Amino acid sequence: MLGKLTWAAIPFDQPIVMITSGVIGFVLLATLGLVTVKGWWPYLWREWITSVDHKRIGVMYVLLALVMLVRGFADAIMMRSQLALAAGGAQGYLPPEHYDQIFSAHGTIMIFFVAMPFVIGLMNFAVPLQLGVRDVAFPVLNNVSFWLTAAGVLLVNLSLFVGEFARTGWLAYPPLSEITYSPGVGVDYYLWSLQISGIGTLLSGINLTTTILKLRAPGMGYMRMPIFCWTALASNLLIVAAFPVLTATFAMLLLDRYCGFHFFTNDAGGNPMMYINLIWIWGHPEVYILILPAFGVFSEVVATFSGKPLFGYRSMVMATMAICVLSFMVWLHHFFTMGAGADVNAFFGIMTMIIAVPTGVKVFNWLFTLYGGRIRFTVPIYWALGFMVTFVIGGMTGVLMAIPPADFVLHNSLFLIAHFHNTAIGGVVFGAMAGYTYWFPKAFGFKLDERLGKASFWCWFIGFYLAFMPLYALGLMGATRRMQHYPDAHWQPLMLVALSGAVLILFGIGLTVVQLAVSIRTRERRRDLTGDPWNGRTLEWSTSSPPPAWNFSRVPLVKTNDAFWASKQHGHEQLGEGPYVPVHLPRNNPTGVFLAFFAVVLGFALIWHIWWMAMVGLVGSIVVGLLQAWRTDTETVVSAEQVAAIHEASTAGEGAI
Amino acid sequence: MNVMTQTVPTSEAVPLSMRGPAPVQVVVGYGFWLFLLSDIIIFAALFAAYAVLSGETNEGPPGAALFDKTHVFFETACLLASSMTCGFATLAVQRRSMLGAFPWMVVTLILGVTFLGMEWAEFVHMLAAGNGPSRSAFLSAFFTLVGTHGLHVTVGLFWLVIMMLQAATLGLRPIVRRRFFCFGLFWHALDIVWIGVFTIVYLGAR
Repeated sequence: MLGKLTWAAIPFDQPIVMITSGVIGFVLLATLGLVTVKGWWPYLWREWITSVDHKRIGVMYVLLALVMLVRGFADAIMMRSQLALAAGGAQGYLPPEHYDQIFSAHGTIMIFFVAMPFVIGLMNFAVPLQLGVRDVAFPVLNNVSFWLTAAGVLLVNLSLFVGEFARTGWLAYPPLSEITYSPGVGVDYYLWSLQISGIGTLLSGINLTTTILKLRAPGMGYMRMPIFCWTALASNLLIVAAFPVLTATFAMLLLDRYCGFHFFTNDAGGNPMMYINLIWIWGHPEVYILILPAFGVFSEVVATFSGKPLFGYRSMVMATMAICVLSFMVWLHHFFTMGAGADVNAFFGIMTMIIAVPTGVKVFNWLFTLYGGRIRFTVPIYWALGFMVTFVIGGMTGVLMAIPPADFVLHNSLFLIAHFHNTAIGGVVFGAMAGYTYWFPKAFGFKLDERLGKASFWCWFIGFYLAFMPLYALGLMGATRRMQHYPDAHWQPLMLVALSGAVLILFGIGLTVVQLAVSIRTRERRRDLTGDPWNGRTLEWSTSSPPPAWNFSRVPLVKTNDAFWASKQHGHEQLGEGPYVPVHLPRNNPTGVFLAFFAVVLGFALIWHIWWMAMVGLVGSIVVGLLQAWRTDTETVVSAEQVAAIHEASTAGEGAI
Repeated sequence: MNVMTQTVPTSEAVPLSMRGPAPVQVVVGYGFWLFLLSDIIIFAALFAAYAVLSGETNEGPPGAALFDKTHVFFETACLLASSMTCGFATLAVQRRSMLGAFPWMVVTLILGVTFLGMEWAEFVHMLAAGNGPSRSAFLSAFFTLVGTHGLHVTVGLFWLVIMMLQAATLGLRPIVRRRFFCFGLFWHALDIVWIGVFTIVYLGAR
């Protein structure tokens, strides 16, 4: 009746897991209870859950990412504290089978459920506003994408309490991840949650690519797009081109595990290295899917707070698109040790070094934008400057490892861990935090607290160096990744330094939460009535904060780069011309949340081999899709008078400036 | 989805990229093309896996001993013909002619079902002889590649039935016409993939 699911799936004998699950369960129930008691459900349902407004969906993505950051960081600090203890003969407090799940969950969560939703959330929020249009190309699909991502998140978190998570590392390499060696449900949790959220990501990539290429304000030719839109374009093109490979690869592994196929098995002709090639054909572009939008955020932030146009706009576009193409030609550098031979390794080594060239172009462009500018030291520019220092170090260690002979020594060592955290934290996290602080006033109409923001930055910045510089040294001393304890007690002091860095980062995350709470409580005196709190350059700052559901009361006409800046130079000339016209808005739609519900049912049933429940999930999702197909009343109209009235009301404050 | 209903007066002097949001049918078609590209990349990964594993027969039968090329030829003929009839149906839908569209939709459906039936017969024949996907890595790759295409055809046939129901209940209103246009693109893309399957898997069998 319930497949493989029995009471044995609940880890009653593991106090850490039970207490954590208890706390999570309590917080969840308390939140749901509060929402119910306060009667907030109708509001949440109407304004957020079923919303097809790209701004709301973007905010929900970012919120999801911040919550999952806490989850992923909990794993991180457990690993750091385990390694601070488990020196010499000591075994620490985490047994190997639990430790293996923790590092697998940490990687999976941080990449798929923190970095991805954060970056997609920022793109979702900012891109249509920057392009001067009313929404993305397919608003309902956008909501579906979000909820499918959330479904994946739910499944991953469920694995904590019901069953187990994969012990295979974040990419689940076979043959270890095959049914022979991982007979439990851990790998299945991994595969199904990523398959479900992967579909969401792919749909989101299609949606944003179409938006950028087909929906831009009149006059906004490609070379007038804000640079963040260019990086978002490159990132979403990569999503469309790379995520299907991930889906296909996971499908093959699933067939191996569920149906006895022989794609990656040791016997019957299977080829485990093929999995590793395929997964990195997705995996390397994925790196750029995450970092390119961060580059875009930094470009916007550096230009805005230097009060200058971005230096070398064209070269920035070229560099972005060059990285977009080159990112597909370097995947083998993740496993030079496969033994493909000197020719193949040399090719991929050289391609990897070449990709550093456009990245270098970008760094110089940012430097020259800062040069001679009147820099305003706000929180976003702190993150940007911290990024420039940190990311360059990460880039250099990357080029170092691009040399195949060096890589043979450093492969799978803590040096590698230090390198990719150097780019992932110094690049993606700093970029995400910069974008969060930069666009927050646009989303909510008030600024975040500057002092707490700066404090959070310093904790992250110094914490990062304390946590990861020791790992470079440890890697050179021979420490490998994914080790649960080590015999050489000489490594312990550096491990303790790394732990102190993680604790400092914990303070950074805590300060971000405090900053949010304090800023919300004191929002009245932080209000920005102009819609342009940073003296911005691009179109999103030309509308009110928060913008109306239709973003722009009149469609802006774009005549140049940095269109809003140019209009301010000409004495606030109006970007939109002509009379107000009625706006057709897509209605709220519950398809996404229902689809995600049945996707969770389907995923859970497949993980536990509960076949009747899998049929319920499948049929349920088809029915939800069919109901959507027959929905005809999909639009509502806002009259020209209403549009005008809301516009007048929102600009009343601006007149006083 | 009327982000794009507001258009500005266009003149030839304004470059295409600067004319503002594209009309809805362009946006929908473009989005669907992107989806098809991503779908074709799934097939690219499966083709790559097949290329790597096609020699790994695990001392079992190779492709040349398993495939009946005459059978596959007629299978292929059905699918290619269905693409043509689907094209006729699309033209009739664009003309908003219900009477012109329905017969061609039915013919497309029959040809698609025939194709699937023939594929099914081939699979059953192989399974009965003990040459299922667990026999060897080669057969795993074969069943996955051809089976994924077959799954797409199955989804396509369901979609076609749904489109017939939509045309009957909602009429050939713009949204139905756009959806049928997307279905047509999907169906033709499956033909293109099949040409790859026919060439590489069946004609290339050794």
